[in-house]
Amino acid sequence: MRSRQAVLLAFVIVVALLPLTIAPYLAFQISFVASFAIAILGLVILIGHSGQISLGHGAFMAVGGYTVAILLNTAGIPYVASLPIAALVCGLLGIALGFVSLRLADVYLALATFALAASVSPLLKRFGSITGGVQGLLLPTPHAPGPLHDVVRGEVWYYYVTWAIAGLLFALSYAGLRGHVGRCLRAIRDSEVAAVSFGVNPVLYKTLAFGWSAAYAGVAGALQAMATAFVSPGAYDISLSLTLLVGVVMGGLDMMWGAILGGVLVEFLPLWVQKVNPALSSIIYGLALIVIMLFMPGGIAGGIQRFTSIFRLQPRGARETVPIAKDLT
Amino acid sequence: MQELGQQVISGLATGSIFASLALALVLIYRSMNVINFAQGEMAMLTTFVAWQLVQDGMPMWVAFAITLAIAFAGAVALERAVIRPVETAPPLTIVIVTLGLFISFNGLAGLIWGYVLKTFPSPFPPTTIRFAGAALSEQDLGVIAVSLGTLFLMYLLFQYTKLGLALRASALYPEQSRLMGIRVSWMLALGWGLASMVGAVSGIMIAPVVFLDPNMMQGVIVYAFAAAVLGGIESPVGAVVGGLILGVLLNLLSTYVSWIGTDLELPVAFAIIIAVLLVRPAGIFGRVHVKRV
Repeated sequence: MRSRQAVLLAFVIVVALLPLTIAPYLAFQISFVASFAIAILGLVILIGHSGQISLGHGAFMAVGGYTVAILLNTAGIPYVASLPIAALVCGLLGIALGFVSLRLADVYLALATFALAASVSPLLKRFGSITGGVQGLLLPTPHAPGPLHDVVRGEVWYYYVTWAIAGLLFALSYAGLRGHVGRCLRAIRDSEVAAVSFGVNPVLYKTLAFGWSAAYAGVAGALQAMATAFVSPGAYDISLSLTLLVGVVMGGLDMMWGAILGGVLVEFLPLWVQKVNPALSSIIYGLALIVIMLFMPGGIAGGIQRFTSIFRLQPRGARETVPIAKDLT
Repeated sequence: MQELGQQVISGLATGSIFASLALALVLIYRSMNVINFAQGEMAMLTTFVAWQLVQDGMPMWVAFAITLAIAFAGAVALERAVIRPVETAPPLTIVIVTLGLFISFNGLAGLIWGYVLKTFPSPFPPTTIRFAGAALSEQDLGVIAVSLGTLFLMYLLFQYTKLGLALRASALYPEQSRLMGIRVSWMLALGWGLASMVGAVSGIMIAPVVFLDPNMMQGVIVYAFAAAVLGGIESPVGAVVGGLILGVLLNLLSTYVSWIGTDLELPVAFAIIIAVLLVRPAGIFGRVHVKRV
């Protein structure tokens, strides 16, 4: 347990000091790791812990992004206040979707959410009076407030804001998943009948998980819209939702720190393969996904866990007696 | 009335293309519980192969037959090389592998043949047949005949041959089939081969309509996925019926409901499908699995 806290502390220190040593543009890219990690963490909650699939969380990122864009453009609300509103809007939509699709499971739920993701971009184009149509909407670029404005570059300021929010949301889901709510979600995931017979209300917890994860995706979408200072239907096609799915499975489905690995992967893997060979980039990217899955079927976090467990002194079985411990590492 | 008939026929033509690809998805889902997202891109690649053969001076139908053989062999090889190592992995892991294949195949086709739209020669004459006052295009009728003919051959294979029985048995009861001496893992590979053949038919049938390019199947795979789920993901009959319903529905929506236009066609079609699924959560032909506690 103590070594885990040390790793966490080291991670926080690295994240805090990194912008001082690297180029602002790289810091900007690393802040996208944080926002992707937030959205992927939402899927860890939904797919990993509550056992419901979603191929459509890109849609919630779109709603988050557009909510912020519209609020900033029309209502003149400050950045900080627009984020909780985006989270709230997406959370409520997620609860609604979760409630409607309670009857659906597995591939049927996958299709329903996939349909949502595929419908977002045409709907945004169609209702152009609110969303700006194909052209999309512009936002003001992020910059540090007041006295900090001249000292801190916009990119660096944005980096700290994004990682601070990510830290907050990770802490929140750590608390939630470790406690009563997380236990109920996993109970329903493993056997709904058994959970019901212990007095767990599946309707409540399944819709809650949907709303929770949708709110996270909304915050992620809002943060990314602020960074690019621009939202348009083209950014929210079905491939965004599939990217999130790739991130969560690659990272490790039921592990929170897998979400950060997933974020690193979906942000940097496409850039890396582009650098290796521009002509073959998509072929290499696809092959990389396949190779990672062949060698680590449980995602990268699962692979690392298996690797470190080789060096562990106490027998593995002894740890597994507390099932929650496995879910949280 | 004649116009309605024409619209229904041309909807059935699109629908039978959806049905072919949907059946391919169902074949793989039944044996591994996974949606093969690369199915459309596999069909796209084989359609490029057919185009290349025709360009090199081969008659259309000969090229068609050779392409199907290549599609079968290629998919069997692919299953042995890439899918077999993850056969026992969780379904979502296999889904990501198929997404990886999707991206790679798309890039591969772009690398070999480029992203410029190519015309694909239609195997059918561009004339129309007058029937009961309606002008029916031979293209549409030909597409329906070839697609449904392929699906019927698949039905015969699965229902009336020993191989078909083995394929069905290993999809439904892998352990028991292994005890009976069926090589279940190879049946999986054969299933991939057959699915790829059916998919290739859909690719070659739609290529003359949408033009040939590496992204041509991406719209079709979305509708095929919807059709397969609408019919009940484990039911081959459901996939075909779902595909036909979806084709006709899309055609009628875009013709007769003017406010929908091109933008809302997909959202409205999906809304209807989800409404159907909410009434029948396992699709039209799907069986509801009763789990023993």
